[in-house]
Amino acid sequence: MSSMNRREFLQIMAAASAAGFALDARSVWAAGKGDSLYELKKFGNVHFLHFTDCHAQLQPIHFREPSVNLGIGGAAGKAPHLVGEHLLKAFGIKPGGIEAHAFTYLNFEKAAKTYGKVGGFAHLATLVKRLRAGRPGALLLDGGDTWQGSATALWSNGQDMVDACKLLGVDIMAGHWEFTLGDKRVLEIVEKDFKGKIDFVAQNIKTSDFGDKVFEPYSMREMNGVKIAVIGQAFPYTPIANPRWMVPEWTFGIQDDNMQKTVDEARAKGAHVVVVLSHNGMDVDLKMASRVTGIDAIMGGHTHDGVPQPSVIKNAGGQTLVTNAGSNGKFLGVLDFDVKNGKVSDFRYKLLPVFSNLLPADTEMAALIDKVRAPHKAKLEEKLAVSEGLLYRRGNFNGSWDQLILDAIMEVQGADIGFSPGFRWGTTILPGQAITFEHLMDQTAITYPSVTLSEMKGDQIKSILEDVGDNLFNPDPYYQQGGDMVRVGGLAYACDPNAKIGNRIRDMRLGGKPLDADKTYKVAGWAPVAEGAKGEPVWDVVARYLRDKKTITARKLNQPKLVGMKGNPGHAA
Amino acid sequence: MEMNPARRTVLRGASSLGALSALVLAGVLKPTAVYAAEWNKAAFEAKDTAGALKGMGAAASADSKDLVLKVPDIAENGAVVPVDVLSNIPNTTSIAILVEKNPQPLCAQFDFANGALPEVAARLKMGQTSLVKAVAKADGKFYTAQKEVKVTVGGCGG
Repeated sequence: MSSMNRREFLQIMAAASAAGFALDARSVWAAGKGDSLYELKKFGNVHFLHFTDCHAQLQPIHFREPSVNLGIGGAAGKAPHLVGEHLLKAFGIKPGGIEAHAFTYLNFEKAAKTYGKVGGFAHLATLVKRLRAGRPGALLLDGGDTWQGSATALWSNGQDMVDACKLLGVDIMAGHWEFTLGDKRVLEIVEKDFKGKIDFVAQNIKTSDFGDKVFEPYSMREMNGVKIAVIGQAFPYTPIANPRWMVPEWTFGIQDDNMQKTVDEARAKGAHVVVVLSHNGMDVDLKMASRVTGIDAIMGGHTHDGVPQPSVIKNAGGQTLVTNAGSNGKFLGVLDFDVKNGKVSDFRYKLLPVFSNLLPADTEMAALIDKVRAPHKAKLEEKLAVSEGLLYRRGNFNGSWDQLILDAIMEVQGADIGFSPGFRWGTTILPGQAITFEHLMDQTAITYPSVTLSEMKGDQIKSILEDVGDNLFNPDPYYQQGGDMVRVGGLAYACDPNAKIGNRIRDMRLGGKPLDADKTYKVAGWAPVAEGAKGEPVWDVVARYLRDKKTITARKLNQPKLVGMKGNPGHAA
Repeated sequence: MEMNPARRTVLRGASSLGALSALVLAGVLKPTAVYAAEWNKAAFEAKDTAGALKGMGAAASADSKDLVLKVPDIAENGAVVPVDVLSNIPNTTSIAILVEKNPQPLCAQFDFANGALPEVAARLKMGQTSLVKAVAKADGKFYTAQKEVKVTVGGCGG
C-alpha cells in the first residue's frame, strides 16, 4: 500500500467523519496529535526499541485485539488481562481515539477503516530510523516469532525475514517459532546470516544430554558510556507446544536458577543495565520478575499482549519492569533509562502503534519486500472468496477465522467435531474484503500443516480439552503455555476457568445430546506435533472450501458457556 | 556451540542399551563410594507412595528446605523427565525418588558412603501429571521435598 501524506490523510479523515466514522478523529488529527504520536522526546541515556511476534508480516495488515483475555487467580483484573474499556480505564486512554483503536477491539471495523492498516516492515523501518536519530546508540531488540507466520516466510524457509531484519538493523534476537524451521536451519541462520550482525541469545536452551549451551546466553554492549547486558529467554515450552522432533537434541524450560546466575554473571562483568529479551509470555515474565533479582526490565512477547505501560514488580533486589509489545508488527516499544552512577534512576516507556498511513514507507525496505513477493505475486493475490463478516483469530476462545477453518475441515473431512490450535497470530479481514491466498496463509503457514481425521472416544475428547484448558487457566503461570484455548467445532461445552484440571470442562454436547464417554467420534484437526503425521496441508483444504463457497457469510462462533467469569475485566461485558 | 562428541557417543551407546533410567553425575558420586545396597523388594514393588515409604522405613518424615529437588514444571517428554536432587542435610546417607502416580512409585534409591556428596540426577518415565518426591535419610531420620510435574498432550500453543 502506498503511503499518503498528512494532507491526504486529513482529507480522508474528513470524508470518514462525514460518513459517520468520526471516532474523535478531528480532535486527534486536526490538533496535530497524529504527528506528535511519533514525536517521542528522548529521555535518559540508555534506549531500547523492541518489537516482538511480528509473525513475518512484512506488509501492513489489520489486527483486532481480543475481547476475551481472562486472568485467573492472582492475574484477574491485572495487565495483561484487561480488555476493551477496562484496558482504556486502567491506562488512562481516551475512548474513541487512535490509541483506543490500537489497544482494544472497540468499534473495530469502523475504526480500522478510519485509521487504516497497521505495521508493515517498510513503515516500521521509517519509525525505527526516526527514533534512532533522536536516540543515539539505541538497541533494536526482536523478541522472536519473526521467521514464521506468512506464505513468503514459509516458502523461503525464513530467509525473507532474516534479510528484512538485517536491513531493519535488529541488534539482538530471542526465539520461539523460529525453532519450527528445525534446529539445523536455525543454527545455519545464526552462524552464517547473523554472524557479526545480530546476536541470537537464549539462556534457557541447552543440549538435552549434558546441558551444554547451544546459543550465547546474553549479549554485552556499551551505549553512551553505559555497559549493558541483554539476556535471551526462548519460549520455555517450545518442545511441548510445537513438534519436539524438530529440536530433538535441545531442552528448554523456564530455568529461573540459571537466569539468576546469568544476571549475576553479567553484573559481575560490569553491566549497569540488565534487560531480559523474553519469549516467556507476560504471565510467566511477571512471576519471573518477582523471583529473579537484578533485572531492570523484562521486555516480553509470546502472549501478544499490547500493554501500554510496564508492570512494575517488586522483588528482593529492588524492582523489575515487565513489558509486552503486542504482535504482527503492530507496535514498537520504546524504553528509555536514565542511568546515573552506574544505576538505573528512572525510566520512560511508550508502546507506539505503527500506523502505516502515518509513516511513509522506507524505500529500501519496500524494495526488498517487493523483491521477496514478486515471484509469488499471482499466488498470493488469488481471491479465494469474499467475507461478509469480520474474520479475526485472537481471543481465549473461538475467533471467526478459526471458526471458518473448523467449518471447512469438518465439512471436507466429514467430521463430527473439529479442533484448531489456539494460536494467537493471524491477521484480520474486514467485512466485504476478499480473502486472498496470502490471508489464508497468515492463519496457517507452519511447517507441520497436515489436516488429520482421528477416531476419539468421548472421554479422550474431554481430556484433551481439560489439558489445553489447564495450559491456559492454571493459576500458576509457570504451568501455562501462552496459547489460547483449542478452538472447537461442532461440540458445545461449558468452561469454568477457576476449576482445577479435570473439572473445567462440562456439559459437552453434540447436536444437543450429551457426549458419550465410551462412544467413538470423528475428529478433524490440523497441526499435529507428532513426527510422521500425514495429511493434506490445511491451506489447500480450506482454499478449496473457500473457492467452492465464493461468499463466506458471517460465522456463528461456537463459544463455550463460561462459568464464574461474570465481571472479569478480561471479558467484554 | 560447545560439543563433546566423545561424551555424546558414549551416551548414545548407553541409551540404546536402555540405560535411560539413572545417570549418576559423573565424578560426583564415585561408584566405589556406593554401597552395594540390597534390593528393597517391599519398597520398590509397592503400588502406592504410602506403601513405598513404609517399605523404606520412612513412613514418618518432614519436609526440608535443605533437600533441593529440581524438576521441570512441565515435562518436555514424559518418557525421560530429568530429576536432580541435592541434599544439604548433614550426614545424608541415602536419597530416594518417587513418582506418586507411577504404577510403582519408588523409582530409584541411592546410598552414600561417608563423605560422598549426596547429589543425584536421573531421567524418569512419567505417564501422567504427578507429584515427584525426593526422600533423604540422615542420622536415621527422613526428610522430603516434592513438586508437581505436569505431563501434557502438547500442541496448541503459541
